[in-house]
Amino acid sequence: MAEGREAPRPAATVMLAVEDLARHFDVSRPLLQRLLAGEGRRSLKAVDGVSFEIPRGTTLSLVGESGCGKSTVARLVVGLYPPSRGGIRFDGLPLEQARADAAQRRRMQMIFQDPYASLNPRWRVLDIIAEPIRAFGLVSGAAAQRARVAELLTQVGLSPLDGEKFPHEFSGGQRQRISIARALSSHPEFLVCDEPTSALDVSVQAQILNLMKDLQARLGLTYLFISHNLAVVRQVSDQIGVMYLGRLVELAEAETLFTAPRHPYTRALMEAIPDLEMTGRQRIPVGGEVPSPIDPPPGCPFHPRCPLVADRCRREMPLLLPPRSQVGTVVACHAVEEGRDPPPAPAGGDQRIGTTATAL
Amino acid sequence: MPAAAPITGPVLSVRDLRVQFPTRRGVLTALDGVSFDIAPGEVLGVVGESGAGKSMTGAAIIGLLEPPGRIAGGEIRLQGERIDTLPQDRLRRIRGRQIGAIFQDPLTTLNPLYTVGRQLIETMQAHLGLSDREARQRAIGWLEMVGIPAAAQRVDSYPHEFSGGMRQRVVISLALCAEPILVVADEPTTALDVSIQAQIIALLKRLAREKGTAMMLVTHDMGVIAETADRVAVMYAGRVAEIGPVRAVVKAPKHPYSAGLMASIPPLDRKVAHLSGIEGAMPRLSAIPPGCAFNPRCPHVFDRCRHERPELIETGSTRAACWLYDPASEKQAPELLRHG
Repeated sequence: MAEGREAPRPAATVMLAVEDLARHFDVSRPLLQRLLAGEGRRSLKAVDGVSFEIPRGTTLSLVGESGCGKSTVARLVVGLYPPSRGGIRFDGLPLEQARADAAQRRRMQMIFQDPYASLNPRWRVLDIIAEPIRAFGLVSGAAAQRARVAELLTQVGLSPLDGEKFPHEFSGGQRQRISIARALSSHPEFLVCDEPTSALDVSVQAQILNLMKDLQARLGLTYLFISHNLAVVRQVSDQIGVMYLGRLVELAEAETLFTAPRHPYTRALMEAIPDLEMTGRQRIPVGGEVPSPIDPPPGCPFHPRCPLVADRCRREMPLLLPPRSQVGTVVACHAVEEGRDPPPAPAGGDQRIGTTATAL
Repeated sequence: MPAAAPITGPVLSVRDLRVQFPTRRGVLTALDGVSFDIAPGEVLGVVGESGAGKSMTGAAIIGLLEPPGRIAGGEIRLQGERIDTLPQDRLRRIRGRQIGAIFQDPLTTLNPLYTVGRQLIETMQAHLGLSDREARQRAIGWLEMVGIPAAAQRVDSYPHEFSGGMRQRVVISLALCAEPILVVADEPTTALDVSIQAQIIALLKRLAREKGTAMMLVTHDMGVIAETADRVAVMYAGRVAEIGPVRAVVKAPKHPYSAGLMASIPPLDRKVAHLSGIEGAMPRLSAIPPGCAFNPRCPHVFDRCRHERPELIETGSTRAACWLYDPASEKQAPELLRHG
């Protein structure tokens, strides 16, 4: 079912296109304090010039550490925040236009990270799942709505009888199944999944990822998948974008990213994942921490932590470019552009065969 | 500091620990017969999914069980001395001096109103009786040791002036500054990003080795355990399912739950069509099944598992609480489990 998705899709149409997307938050202090301290306005560039396209029926994942802007992209894409700059097109339509039209709006849904916070504890599961159906007026009549909810519950591996229960009667994994059933209730074609398994235990995470893959294969869904877990991302993605301080630093076909990671940050991230093989290999931690997005370093935002840093990196922002002799990848790195980087080696290369990453 | 008495035997010894919560609907048993030892300089990893009781085991050892939870049976010995029956004020002296604690969230561990230096100095003075100057010198020394740049200036900074990773370094220095013989670290890297995690794990491991501190490392992250621990205890529904050397448990788990857990971890080096998980979920404390607590989810379940609770049974280099390893059982472990 889920196999064979690596095969390129013939003449894929683009479900979501994001062009030079930016979202800045005003984090200035109150006017009086600013005047007294003689300082200007300050803004946090949570997302700053991100572009990508998701072909219909495929999954694009955004990975990165906390504060890199990946969740902000998710929220921009579903219209929870208006962008400060740039455009989003949903199935060819500008997002504002798609959002204004209920028939378009129902085609996109979101699954949130925390199934404990995203379900109303006072509502029965039946009502939680039926809410989008009622809001969009998709099925009329209580009996028909019940039948549709039963069908959705079965689809996500729960029992139709579970509709009568309240969220607290379910485990975390079951709650996430309820969230997925709710998201599917409006017959969406595009789902934004913001860390859908991060709050779950590892044995349950596998169940949910399998369910999401099965649903994609069966219903032809398109996913924007947000995660900080590279191993999870490898299992679900067709394309992967690595974000750092509000920008994409590398965007590649999933397999290419793992077999030939190019950006020094991507490499560092893969290097940092604990090794279950216990080869005794000493991990080389990335030095330093993610700088504040309010006051990002000049030039390449990764340069203070980068092993390949050169003068140009401190002055000039690198652009996303395809590296020489490699297809299916774009990398924002002067070192890669100039050919100063060591040859690409697969994550979990020879000495790490069978490497597994690990959060339970 | 007092010369460390030559330690013979384990630093920490937990025997048959049982923790209960009285509720209106009856008594819930959160930990049921947990036993393990930790030797000097040894790191024992305690893993399990949420609700397995791993954090509660740590809380019971440091005497910080949230009421109404209470120790209802068994014993906890620190260097041979029973600590679970001590009055609160005696225990408080042991905690901090002999047992250091590191929790998941560095922000809630540190007092936001005091500089990190003051917190370190106070801790050391309370337990080691140092002069002001000496304590300050040592505080700076500790901050340097945990990798805080410009420690001599940073000692006068407040917790909010540090980043998350730096704060967790401060917490580690605070837990270790009284030179405890045991450190209980509960998810010390979970709130941190991967790139910082690696730095903190390396630091903890180095300090435990250098100082000969025994460490109980509670985490849900198998990778952290694989890199740091010497031995691992896998917990399920308030019981130890399997305990043994880290290599054996990670590479060739014997208990069907440990095996399922290891198989659930998505691989980084390849894409698989179908991830293996464990069907179902951990039982609630109010509904732990009779016999083996894992029996409703176990792919190898047989009749005995539903009635009789298994004790830890020696199998190869680990011990597993599973009837498949009792020669007297009508069903024996399949090859796959037996040899990993």
